[in-house]
Amino acid sequence: MNESPYLPEDATILKITPMTERETLFEIKLDNYNALGHQPGQFVEVSVPGVGEAPISISSSPTKKGNSFELCVRAVGNVTNVLHGLKEGDKIGIRGPYGTGFPVDELKGKDVLFIAGGLGIAPLRSFINYALDRRDEFADVKILYGCRAPCEILYGDEVGGWKERDDIRYHETVDRCPEGVCWEGNIGVITTLIPGIDIDLENTYAVVCGPPIMYRFVLMELDKKNIPDERIILSLERHMKCGLGKCGHCQINGSKGEYYVCQDGPVFNYADIKGFEEAL
Amino acid sequence: MKIIKKDDLDSFVDELIVNDPREVVGVKERGNKYVFDTLRSSEELRLDYDVTILPPKKYFLPQRETLLKFRSNDKIKAEPENDVIERIILGIHPYDLIAIQQMDRVFSEEPEDPNYLKKQESTVLIGVNMSKASERCFAGSMKTAFTDDGYDLMLTDLGGRYAVEIGTDKGKELLDKSGVTLEDASEDDRKLLEEIKNNLKFETKMNFEPGELPELMKANYGNDKFWEENAENCYSCGTCNLVCPTCYCFDVKDLMEVTLTEGSRIRQWDGCLLEHFAEVAGGENFREERAERYRHRYMRKGLYLHNKFEDIACVGCGRCSSQCVPDIADPAEIFNKLKEGEI
Repeated sequence: MNESPYLPEDATILKITPMTERETLFEIKLDNYNALGHQPGQFVEVSVPGVGEAPISISSSPTKKGNSFELCVRAVGNVTNVLHGLKEGDKIGIRGPYGTGFPVDELKGKDVLFIAGGLGIAPLRSFINYALDRRDEFADVKILYGCRAPCEILYGDEVGGWKERDDIRYHETVDRCPEGVCWEGNIGVITTLIPGIDIDLENTYAVVCGPPIMYRFVLMELDKKNIPDERIILSLERHMKCGLGKCGHCQINGSKGEYYVCQDGPVFNYADIKGFEEAL
Repeated sequence: MKIIKKDDLDSFVDELIVNDPREVVGVKERGNKYVFDTLRSSEELRLDYDVTILPPKKYFLPQRETLLKFRSNDKIKAEPENDVIERIILGIHPYDLIAIQQMDRVFSEEPEDPNYLKKQESTVLIGVNMSKASERCFAGSMKTAFTDDGYDLMLTDLGGRYAVEIGTDKGKELLDKSGVTLEDASEDDRKLLEEIKNNLKFETKMNFEPGELPELMKANYGNDKFWEENAENCYSCGTCNLVCPTCYCFDVKDLMEVTLTEGSRIRQWDGCLLEHFAEVAGGENFREERAERYRHRYMRKGLYLHNKFEDIACVGCGRCSSQCVPDIADPAEIFNKLKEGEI
């Protein structure tokens, strides 16, 4: 029998980049110098001994140089609040990567429409950067990114680079912009960006990640655009306690029986979870 | 099949308690109920019990167990922990043995869970056929009143004597080593055993074949009115989860000693009926309503675990029925109502 699947790998925080009031980017390296070996869209269990574990999606692409990987962490629970208090060089534990990633091979040669809401950009960025690093493997790439306010925009510098690139289209929006804040982009919820997007219906996949409320409205808009359900890919958030398909916390029902989001997801094809009330 | 006299069985048990290095566990009376607990003498063993408060799963998946130990000197070091105690458990009813086999499938599915499996493998399981069924037990309907496997030894009270069926080499070894006097069973003994099995009566019944449950549950997932009505008096206390021999969901969390130099990562029983079970860090709860949580448990028992492991994950022990304070958790009643309402 194998060693305990609950034993994390030792890892070190290489770099900490505060991004917003609530979100910080951590660059992490496994102490055994191995690459994490993940697919875009997978997650890890981050362990802070004495505090606990939290499932966090991997925010960097496997195409990133070097063996480190990045996690964008919102301070929202015990583990994530303690993480925000750690320093560069501090040790943490990592289990994983777990789950199914985005179906990158299936999407090769296709138009990809990325739609991210708020912290949903974190898992999506692992695929966006993959697609940008291997730009010729994908056809048309569009990114729609919405936040509540300009101060909540994540990866500001990188997003600036996306705006400049002429081989992708990038559109951003904020729900509202406080007076006195400089904002040149769109104002309105993310669904307001969708009607103006040109879509090649034969060749487009939409890859969506955001809070549950966003899914409901974005999926309605994508339906209006006639994108078939099976070409909509989304990533679900659940509190996976074990990551091993056992603890039961992330189980939902779906078209092919029940799913354990930690193993069968977190990335799902919309057709497989459509209409199942526990999913979205 | 062998025969052992009641007195010889008692000596066999006492011998094990004194001489075997393993912990000897059996069913004991506590108050007017029964529990699995460490035996100090064969006099404590009650093989004529109806049902125990908790199933024997507590020995393989303890209420709380340590998965990792943390020790911090300069830096924190995590080490896997598995507190395995070798045991001989006496007096497990067939429905509980079948439940253990189901749990084995859950925890041996990749990735394997050594914390469960090593405990299970280090245990000798000695079953006993029911001499009476508890009021709420419906094992007869669930085809779990008897079992041909899942035990090392199986006993049946023939009145002053016990039939002994040997299930595994582990069971045979235990008998051989003890030097206990066994007789070969006669044709009459075998007939008597069959008669005793045939005479076992159940007050509670499910009125259809358990094999029909997956389809029935699937058809009733969207029967919101049914689930809302039946969950109306649910306290969301999770007792039905805790006493269930096939419920295995757990929480993982850390405990730190006050010195802050040592700590542990533990897992403890959790329950899908509890309000925060499907909640995520941001506060979103994917089974926010009582009825959704209540339904989830029945879906797990009749459909979900069947999809995954081909087991009907209710063995009809009746513990949830009898221990639910508002008495709304009787699976036989729920399944029968769904069947009656079938269109």
